[in-house]
Amino acid sequence: MAAHGAVLSLCRFIKPFGGGRLGNTVKVFGTTLTSHRNKSGLNPPPAKYGGRHTVTLIPGDGIGPELLNHVREVFRFSCVPVDFEVVHVNSALETDDDMNNAITAIRRNGVALKGNIETKHTLPASVKSRNNVLRTSLDLYANVMHCQSLPGVQTRHKNIDIMIIRENTEGEYSSLEHESVSGVVESLKIITRNNSLRIAEYAFQLARDKGRRRVTAVHKANIMKLGDGLFLQCCKEVASGYPDITFDSMIVDNTTMQLVSKPQQFDVMVMPNLYGNVVSNVCAGLVGGPGLVPGANYGRDYAVFETATRNTGKSIAGRNIANPTALLLASCMMLDHLELNDHATSIRNAVLTTMNETRLHTADIGGQGTTLEVVQSIMRIIQSKGQLTSEF
Amino acid sequence: MLSNMNMPRLAQMQTVTLIPGDGIGPEISSAVVKIFQAANAPVSWEERNVTAIKGPGGRWMIPPDAKESMDRSKIGLKGPLKTPIAAGHPSMNLLLRKTFDLYANVRPCISIEGYKTPYTDVDLVTIRENTEGEYSGIEHQIVDGVVQSIKLITENASRRIAEYAFEYARNNQRSSVTAVHKANIMRMSDGLFLRKCREVAESYKDIKFTEMYLDTVCLNMVQDPTQFDVLVMPNLYGDILSDLCAGLIGGLGVTPSGNIGANGVAIFESVHGTAPDIAGLDLANPTALLLSGVMMLRHMGLHDHAHKIQKACFDTIREKKVLTKDLGGNSKCSEFTADICRRVQDLD
Repeated sequence: MAAHGAVLSLCRFIKPFGGGRLGNTVKVFGTTLTSHRNKSGLNPPPAKYGGRHTVTLIPGDGIGPELLNHVREVFRFSCVPVDFEVVHVNSALETDDDMNNAITAIRRNGVALKGNIETKHTLPASVKSRNNVLRTSLDLYANVMHCQSLPGVQTRHKNIDIMIIRENTEGEYSSLEHESVSGVVESLKIITRNNSLRIAEYAFQLARDKGRRRVTAVHKANIMKLGDGLFLQCCKEVASGYPDITFDSMIVDNTTMQLVSKPQQFDVMVMPNLYGNVVSNVCAGLVGGPGLVPGANYGRDYAVFETATRNTGKSIAGRNIANPTALLLASCMMLDHLELNDHATSIRNAVLTTMNETRLHTADIGGQGTTLEVVQSIMRIIQSKGQLTSEF
Repeated sequence: MLSNMNMPRLAQMQTVTLIPGDGIGPEISSAVVKIFQAANAPVSWEERNVTAIKGPGGRWMIPPDAKESMDRSKIGLKGPLKTPIAAGHPSMNLLLRKTFDLYANVRPCISIEGYKTPYTDVDLVTIRENTEGEYSGIEHQIVDGVVQSIKLITENASRRIAEYAFEYARNNQRSSVTAVHKANIMRMSDGLFLRKCREVAESYKDIKFTEMYLDTVCLNMVQDPTQFDVLVMPNLYGDILSDLCAGLIGGLGVTPSGNIGANGVAIFESVHGTAPDIAGLDLANPTALLLSGVMMLRHMGLHDHAHKIQKACFDTIREKKVLTKDLGGNSKCSEFTADICRRVQDLD
């Protein structure tokens, strides 16, 4: 009886998706037809127009536009063979046209670099988070974040090296909500076997590729017995195919407690969407804050790179104080993905040298440098390494 | 054990239902009773067992004498309860929650001087809605391989918890209340929760109200926890955040907790486990239960006694001479307890 009601409630909310969102309907019923992949990455799109890649750039809101301008500046300076196709998304509008354009552009180019798009609370609840729409439309099922302590940054905990793999399309972020009775709202959290197997497979394969020893699944299966129970079971199944990697699990509240007292015990962590949100923000805070950690969203066919903690940074926008590190490192991850490894390494080294040796820090990590000063320092270091650069 | 402690009194004796619990529960409960006695706290204990029994109609319930005692005394102090895996009955904590409609879980997290953690000067309170949200327990398998869990947010429960949070802030001289949510993703459900918080905030203009995304709170909490005061949130976020904050001050062994019910019932408890491996060996740390008892005294209006006992406890920990193993020492529970009793009496 209750199940019947549940199916009805789901059906009611698949309908508005209609037409071009058939992919979503198929996804919700868990029959994503992705085949088993044995590689964590995916083949980059072919270079176009004589060896130059085209990448979609979505500036977003807050500090996104200014930091992405700096990224383009560094790319131009280092003669990186990447052209950006800029697509603006106006977060104040209710219509989906901007997002549809952005999604089409990413489908065309295969790769994107983005700032965070604000979700305005003044718009009605039917307008979903644009960032979420992007992730689900492109089926970017794996969010990967690598948190490492940086020697040049003062933090309470040292020697942290955690990879977090977060399921990026379902779970609590399914955006399926309805008000069944006035004053009573139900929000559905969907866990499917296919997506759980897929993300677990991704996590173990990545762990193996990077030579990591242990994967920890984070869950709350003692309370959400069916939902998180299914997720955990899928992880266990996948784990049995990787005997060289140790698998264990931990309940999410205990996980956060352990993270703030002994974060060094964690190696690779895999989890559903919401816990991923919490854990990745805790870890980002532990290594120094939102300005330092890059994030990547991978799907079977597309990849989108952004900062790990997805902040708009409205309060510091336009003041030349934002930390460009996270977005620059994200752009390096993108260059690695495009197999432009030399450029990636050059820029990454320059960023880390500025952070760890020159110690030119922005305010969020206790320094007094401006964004521009940090970026110029990075460009100077790139130039000093003798690589081909254009004028300053 | 200690059914009715009669003590010489100046103040009116108040009855409290004591639920020792399982594992290390009985020994830490007796430690707390000893300390209260040393402090001359006007508390008379009624000990009860809450192991679930099957009532008429086949529904699991707590024993009637426990319920009767609690309904009468309105205040309870509870040790850790064991939930056997295949017992057939739901978790004991869940049963208590449902029986007394314990809608608010309150955890003050204050750094303990003498028990060093990487975080100092933490002084915040998490107030968690405890009846609905993600823990409504409503789950279905739609088709094979697809599971849905339902998160329920209601106007009434949201308003109730928001009102409690602001009342608490006012009664305890806290200056701000922050609502923690994810209304950017869960537009309707957390949106409703947020709206109710905003509405209630209108009636409490003396308290500053802010709202913050869950991820931003987590991010900022591990960098600078001093910026937070009172936090109010739905069930799941509350579960995660309250444990996160407990981790900041040193873990569940030193964190107090209180549950407020709809009919004036309040049950204060330690939130750690039953620790069966050290049960009965006089090794347990009674701090969490003791601090919950202190919270209870404050709730009862006995602020002087609360202050005395808390100070004695913190002083003992700061001196580091008789710490239990989990606090880094080598002493027995009884030695730790005796030291606190001595200090309490000296403070008189």
